[in-house]
Amino acid sequence: MGTFLKHHRWITPLALLAPGLLWLLVFYLYPALQMFMASFWSGSLATGFTFSLSNWTNYPDAVSTYAPIYLRSVLYAGAATVTTFLIAYPLAYTIAFKGGRFKNLLLFLVVAPFFTSFLLRTVSWKIILSDSGPVLGPLKAIGILPQQFHVLASPMAVIAGITYAFLPFMTLPIYVALEKVDFRLVEAAKDLYAGPWRPGGAIVGAIVGGVLMAVLGFVFNTSPLAFAIVGAVVGAVLFHFRVSESFVRVTFPLSISGVFAGGLLTFIPAIGDYVNAELLGGPNTSMIGNVIQAKFLTENDYPSASALSFVMMFGVLIVVAIYAKILGTEELSAAAARA
Amino acid sequence: MTAVALAPSARPKGSVANRIDRVFDRWSMIVYTLLAVIYLLLPVAVIILFSFNDPPGKTNVVWHGFTLKYWLNPFGPDGLGSAVVLSITIAILSTLIATVLGTLMALALERYQFRGKSFANSLIFIPMATPEIIMGASLLTMFVSIGQPPFFPLNFVTILIAHIMFNISYVVVTVRARLAGFPRHLEEAAMDLFANEWQTFWRVTFPLILPGIVAAALLAFSLSIDDFVITNFTSGMSVTFPMYIYGAARIGIPVQVNVIGTSIFLIAVGSVALTTLAGRRKRG
Repeated sequence: MGTFLKHHRWITPLALLAPGLLWLLVFYLYPALQMFMASFWSGSLATGFTFSLSNWTNYPDAVSTYAPIYLRSVLYAGAATVTTFLIAYPLAYTIAFKGGRFKNLLLFLVVAPFFTSFLLRTVSWKIILSDSGPVLGPLKAIGILPQQFHVLASPMAVIAGITYAFLPFMTLPIYVALEKVDFRLVEAAKDLYAGPWRPGGAIVGAIVGGVLMAVLGFVFNTSPLAFAIVGAVVGAVLFHFRVSESFVRVTFPLSISGVFAGGLLTFIPAIGDYVNAELLGGPNTSMIGNVIQAKFLTENDYPSASALSFVMMFGVLIVVAIYAKILGTEELSAAAARA
Repeated sequence: MTAVALAPSARPKGSVANRIDRVFDRWSMIVYTLLAVIYLLLPVAVIILFSFNDPPGKTNVVWHGFTLKYWLNPFGPDGLGSAVVLSITIAILSTLIATVLGTLMALALERYQFRGKSFANSLIFIPMATPEIIMGASLLTMFVSIGQPPFFPLNFVTILIAHIMFNISYVVVTVRARLAGFPRHLEEAAMDLFANEWQTFWRVTFPLILPGIVAAALLAFSLSIDDFVITNFTSGMSVTFPMYIYGAARIGIPVQVNVIGTSIFLIAVGSVALTTLAGRRKRG
């Protein structure tokens, strides 16, 4: 036995790998191919499906019908990814650099929501944000918000729900990247007279604050311009005084791989999500996941649903490929810098 | 911050501007982190609070008053008990199988060089980069197209197959992380002391990677017990705990669901706290 293994060294890794690999081949790769085939089906569940290449028209049919919903999904997922980043980065930064002895506790609190059901947490937001709930009720009572104001069934509710659901996916990779930053580099930058980030801080702060508040203005149906101006001023002041050159030139570039990883980990589940749109959204906030789900599970329209799924998967693969390219070159340049 | 203390500062240390700067620096971050943690845990607090609610009707969305009666009768509603049992059974079985398969794969990938390794790596990576809905939908398509009609019955088995599938990749990644920093000289020492490969594995390698395997199993368990999307596509008529919540969401979620959600949360938090404390005692 021992000599046999020594003469056939490839057997051990193959034997270790085979069961798991087979499972993934049979229950991941093969079903994916099967779904690709199904996108060329015609017929119905009752009469049975037939495969024909001439059914390629399933693709243009499905895509042209649901193009606005694809666009909406990309917008919602993109907006949610940006908001998770804006919330997660300062959080990860604080935990990594100022966490001290509370570091592990804080990290635990970031992942703690995962210990309860994802669906129940989404339902909780429905309770919190309901029209006369604990947040909107008092605001309406003292007259800050008009009586007919609502958050649920609006795009904001869906984006907020997705933002909440995937916030830990963004926070953890950024934390891991920041944790690895050699603080001596930051000190070196400071020794080399890196001060506050001027004038970049004011400009970037004005843009970030302005855009954010303009969006909020749209959401609250008041003047976006007034909101944008206030946001730009606050952002400019905040960034002017609070963001240092050493952060912009050293810390942030060193953490960019975490930002990319977090972005991917947030965007992918966000684009396919239909639970937030279903529980927090309304009839006009359906995402592509809702359409696919309904076609597969209630309408039994497998061909068109498969085509829609494949278009989504194709989009995701392109994003992943771009990311792999960027991250790959990133790693390469890091290796080159070390050498 | 030591950096400030070490760096030659242009401003005098005790100046008012400098002091305001430092106070703001410190408190803005503390306040921000506190707000972020409150935001993250607010829905969890609502779940726990509403497990003590006493609503008159079916909907449990407005606070009506405190009661313990649902905690005393956690499996009251029809089908809730069996849904919880099904979820736990599938979580245990899928965790066991995925952990064994994934650990073996991690060993192969971390310890050996062979042809087709990059293919194996991508086959493990891609499921993690696939939206859940795609995996669920493609499994459903496959089960439907096997022998149509009658279709491959969607039940316990199909849910289990799906859960093992999506858990494998996470197990491989977690165990590999542990293997990557492995002190190989300990194995060499064991071999020098006439342990054969089998003994070396069980006496040296396995105990050292065990924490990684346990972490992977915990991750797999939590992913499985909470999975909704893929289960929704592969469950047929079977109802898991998340499926039960989804079904009830339209007509009103019974208070008992919050009771069970709270219990799962407390058990998970408690076991993490216990393992942390145990680890600390061992090291200390």
